[in-house]
Amino acid sequence: MADLSAELHKLRVENALLKKQVSLLTANGNLSQNPTAISSGGYAGDAAASAFPEEVQWIAGAGHSLSGLEIRRYSRQLLLPSFGVEAQQKLAKASVLVVGAGGLGSPVLLYLAASGVGCLGIMDPDSVELHNLHRQVIHSEALVGELKVKSAAATCLAINSSLRVQEYAFALEAANALEVISDYDIVVDASDNVATRYLISDACIVANKPLVSGAALGMDGQLTVYNHAQGPCYRCLFPTPPSQSACQRCADAGVLGVVPGIVGTFQALEVIKILTGVGEPFSERMLVFDALSTRIRTVNLRGRNPECAACGDNPQVDRRTLPEFDYEAFTSSPLCDAPPPRQQIVGEDQSITCRGYKEVREAHEAHLLLDVREQHEYAIAALPSSLNIPFSLLPQQRDAIVAAAEVTTSLGVKSLPVYVICRRGNDSQAAVNELRSFGLSAYDITGGFQSWVQDVDPNFPFF
Amino acid sequence: MQLTLEFGGGLELLFGSKKKHQVDVSPSNGHIELTVEALLVWIRDNLLKERPEMFMKDKSVRPGVLVLINDSDWELCGRLEGVLEDKDTVTFISTLHGG
Repeated sequence: MADLSAELHKLRVENALLKKQVSLLTANGNLSQNPTAISSGGYAGDAAASAFPEEVQWIAGAGHSLSGLEIRRYSRQLLLPSFGVEAQQKLAKASVLVVGAGGLGSPVLLYLAASGVGCLGIMDPDSVELHNLHRQVIHSEALVGELKVKSAAATCLAINSSLRVQEYAFALEAANALEVISDYDIVVDASDNVATRYLISDACIVANKPLVSGAALGMDGQLTVYNHAQGPCYRCLFPTPPSQSACQRCADAGVLGVVPGIVGTFQALEVIKILTGVGEPFSERMLVFDALSTRIRTVNLRGRNPECAACGDNPQVDRRTLPEFDYEAFTSSPLCDAPPPRQQIVGEDQSITCRGYKEVREAHEAHLLLDVREQHEYAIAALPSSLNIPFSLLPQQRDAIVAAAEVTTSLGVKSLPVYVICRRGNDSQAAVNELRSFGLSAYDITGGFQSWVQDVDPNFPFF
Repeated sequence: MQLTLEFGGGLELLFGSKKKHQVDVSPSNGHIELTVEALLVWIRDNLLKERPEMFMKDKSVRPGVLVLINDSDWELCGRLEGVLEDKDTVTFISTLHGG
């Protein structure tokens, strides 16, 4: 049954992709059809038709070019006095680049596709993974393994077949940023790393595009509109990038699925407001969302900084320098959401590979396995017969650890070797140093659970 | 002087995971006013639980931290030289990058 529904979904996606090809082939044929050509299907205007010459059955009151189909589709927006046909027509003619088809990008794309934006550019180099699905609601089970841009485009087209979608299955880089961005009216930062955030902001300054920027992590979200109406850019606010240790990732710190959903929905709203000129765009302000207390605060930000390296009076970033600028060096972090590389701190004589430790277990050698991850991580999945003491608690748990490693033999009391494991093998090394200062024979299990899954047990549910 | 201090965007982890703190801070000896710069030192010495480098760099907050005084960017209130008043709320928010 599950197979059948997965197959059905795949067919639907395939169908949406084919429809997209058809709509590309017949571009311009759908959106601006002559109203009279399709008004024979019994629209509201038909009732009064007999009083007028037969060839004119309804007219566009404000001289707009929305088709009858579009009027029916977007009628609930057109009914808004502050929105109306004028704003709807602006949307139909607009193009939006969404950088990142993940937790933020999902609601941005879904709402913009539904709202009647003419063209969406979707940029993401990644493929859909199972652990994306709790928050990246544009993707579905059947498309795990498929490129995110393909999956997202199919969903958008399933919602709205009149949409034009451009897929960019690669990462934004200094060398390609200006070329891609210049094709769009507005840019959405739905990315997941600090280097890309500086790059997007700079490129929007050079290409003179407004930027709707969102971010989410854990239970927190943030939203700002940059480079709009004399407002600041990202660099005005954060001229110096934070150190890599200050940049937490969803993959490490976690994120509640609905949090980027809320921020991304706000981003879609700001895009629509800026494109249509309706309302007051969220420039020179930041929205800070705290999901735990359901508190939203908006704070007033500084204006554009005349000294800013990107948008100041004497900018260092321009059309010529940007493509050469090394954003990874500037931010000391990659233009993707990769984990920071593991540093080897302890010597080989104080390390054991995952395969080596597996042999220790299989040989039933007496030892203590100490898991230094946080308690909530240990609770998700752990190895049998291990002791969990989080890294930060090691000093205060010194006596307990020493006692746990002790065994009484006929020759007296002795300490067993202590093998230390963590998520990726960084904290465990620092722990080895600490345990050795307690006088224990401690060994680092190299690479932690990440390596354990790769080298020993692919069924361990690494998360 | 009674102040409300707030930490967000993950900075609260440096303060025992507590986001809101009601504190009583007096200007240091020989000063009549309490500046933001002096408040940062007070926070570091009295409130911060761990990893001071994740909160401060030199005399200021570390890069990537936005400081708000009564919900306004401290850039609009004199940054480090800004003078605090009784019942002010000072907020420290770490910028997020996830998505």
